Amino acid sequence: MLDMTNPKYVLMVEGLTVSFDGFKAVNDLSFYVEPNECRVIIGPNGAGKTTVLDLICGRTRATSGNVAFKGADLLKMREDQIVHAGVGRKFQTPSVYEDLSVFANLELSFPKGHGVFGALFFKRDDAVKARIEEIAEMIFLSDHLSQKAAFLSHGQKQWLEIGMLLIQDPELLMLDEPVAGMSVAERKKTAELLNRIIADRSVIVIEHDMGFVADIATRVTVLHQGKVLSEGSMEHVQNDPRVVEVYLGH
Amino acid sequence: MKSHSHAFLSPRDMIGFALLAAMIFVVFPLLLEPFRLNLFGKYLTYAFVAVGLVLCWGVGGILSLGQGVFFGLGGYCMAMFLKLEASSPENTAIQSTPGIPDFMDWNQLSALPWWWEPFNSFAFTLIAVIAVPVVFSYIIGVAMFRRRVGGVYFAIITQAIAAILTILIIGQQGFTGGVNGITDLRTLHGWDIRTDAAKTTLYFVNGVLLFAVLLAAQFVRRSKLGRLLIAMRDQEDRVRFSGYDVANFKIFVFCLGAAFAAIGGAMFTLQVGFMSPSFVGIVPSIEMVIFAAVGGRLSILGAVWGTLLVNWAKTSFSESFPELWLLGLGALFIAVVMAFPNGLAGVWAEKIEPRLLKLTRRGDKPLPNATPAE
Ligand SMILES: Nc1ncnc2c1ncn2[C@@H]1O[C@H](COP(=O)(O)OP(=O)(O)OP(=O)(O)O)[C@@H](O)[C@H]1O
Ligand SMILES: [Mg+2]
Repeated sequence: MLDMTNPKYVLMVEGLTVSFDGFKAVNDLSFYVEPNECRVIIGPNGAGKTTVLDLICGRTRATSGNVAFKGADLLKMREDQIVHAGVGRKFQTPSVYEDLSVFANLELSFPKGHGVFGALFFKRDDAVKARIEEIAEMIFLSDHLSQKAAFLSHGQKQWLEIGMLLIQDPELLMLDEPVAGMSVAERKKTAELLNRIIADRSVIVIEHDMGFVADIATRVTVLHQGKVLSEGSMEHVQNDPRVVEVYLGH
Repeated sequence: MKSHSHAFLSPRDMIGFALLAAMIFVVFPLLLEPFRLNLFGKYLTYAFVAVGLVLCWGVGGILSLGQGVFFGLGGYCMAMFLKLEASSPENTAIQSTPGIPDFMDWNQLSALPWWWEPFNSFAFTLIAVIAVPVVFSYIIGVAMFRRRVGGVYFAIITQAIAAILTILIIGQQGFTGGVNGITDLRTLHGWDIRTDAAKTTLYFVNGVLLFAVLLAAQFVRRSKLGRLLIAMRDQEDRVRFSGYDVANFKIFVFCLGAAFAAIGGAMFTLQVGFMSPSFVGIVPSIEMVIFAAVGGRLSILGAVWGTLLVNWAKTSFSESFPELWLLGLGALFIAVVMAFPNGLAGVWAEKIEPRLLKLTRRGDKPLPNATPAE
């Protein structure tokens, strides 16, 4: 095993494998994410992209391998502990609390009062309100704070979920297809938003929209059948014949 | 729509609480003779369970079909104390072993089981009424929710627990009074609970306790924990990946529901004068879910109205057609779920309240839809 506390990397994934009844959705995968890097993972449907995020954030248990985040062994931690360690994750389908207001959605994600009694006696003080308003401004939802999340457009829900992560101020932010289902105008705004928020943290983004990828990526990892097919700059992977064959070609 | 302020009681809530208080503390006592009042007092003990179900099921999405277990445990704890007081050596002189409850004597027990001993103390009993069901629900909660058992599986398991406990109580009749339960309860610290005056007093005690529980439930609803429960119901994973240990919140609300149910059970024993396994099993547990559903599973006040309405209907109906009641109850449940998914509270909020508001706003101008007053 390699040294899992290398300070050069925020996240180290090594030999990660998960097998669903013998089918290896992620197969001996290794990659390393540096501080302030925006890593984009691309690959055909079913390549195992979402599964990689599931493994990192503890939603799915790995069969073998190592995942280290700033030296901490994520594979041994519970989901909420991983969050408190500084890893935030957005789901592929927007997951917001539809029955609650935008304000309440953000408030529940505010990193305070996470125990039972902390939540019961949580006070909505000025610091909380100010932070929620600040985030709402960033995600273009300032005018929607008192609206039920169910009434937001699909794109706005995506932004809200990103906001719910931002309010936790994670050191590693993982976004699963953040612009899926967005209009062209919304995509542009999202790229702007992401460029702003990736400045002071590491980000892993899964995305299919190559224009969008080119806009934000520091490095790109191409997954295919649970393995890394190619890795490097956008230019490098776009010109890699194997990538063109399995993914970009069609 | 409503802004994101969360005052403890909004003006609408306040009207709702006042209306219910007026009904329970003024209208019923004035209108009903002692026998009927005691009957309504009994109905209201089920409302404790229904309020707990609103939090667990309506708000938190955790359907328990075994709330009778906690109602029963609370009730049995109280009954054990009262039974011991009713079994003084003088009262039981004719038994082969005087000084123990009559059913123990009939079952050839010659000494009080050790675990009955502490129930000689009223202070211990009061603690046990809450503690026994809460510890039991905590164990169930930890075993289920830590393993991520939820939804239908959880409902079935709670139902199985209700069935098992019933069988246990009936089977161990020497210790529990068996199928008849613990009966012939008489006095509380020498105060005869069988008189009309005592029953009326207990009715009011019950009402006050119910309001304490309602206010506690309202506090939970209005807290961040209340909003978390809603969030968990709809997007459990999102809550988990926002840094919450979801199981803890489920365990908490399940235990809270158990505590509410237990208070109801203890008040049932005091007002009705006995406790038996027929309030522990599957059927009463399901009935209690129906009370909450009819009232509106999201409304704690609705749960009380639903309980009152269904039980009043049950009594009236089964006085004339006893064998049809279960059928009627089933039909009512289906009708409510199909036509009014938010129950009485939904009907009130969608149909009645807007009209009342319109009436008060428009003064005496005629309304297009309202029925003209006489
Ligand atoms: N819990 C599971 N049990 C069994 N198979 C699974 C499970 N989760 C994922 N898979 C399988 O693993 C493979 C990879 O799925 P994954 O969702 O990671 O793909 P993806 O790269 O995110 O695809 P897409 O671009 O469509 O989102 C798929 O074949 C999927 O069916
Ligand atoms: Mg995916």
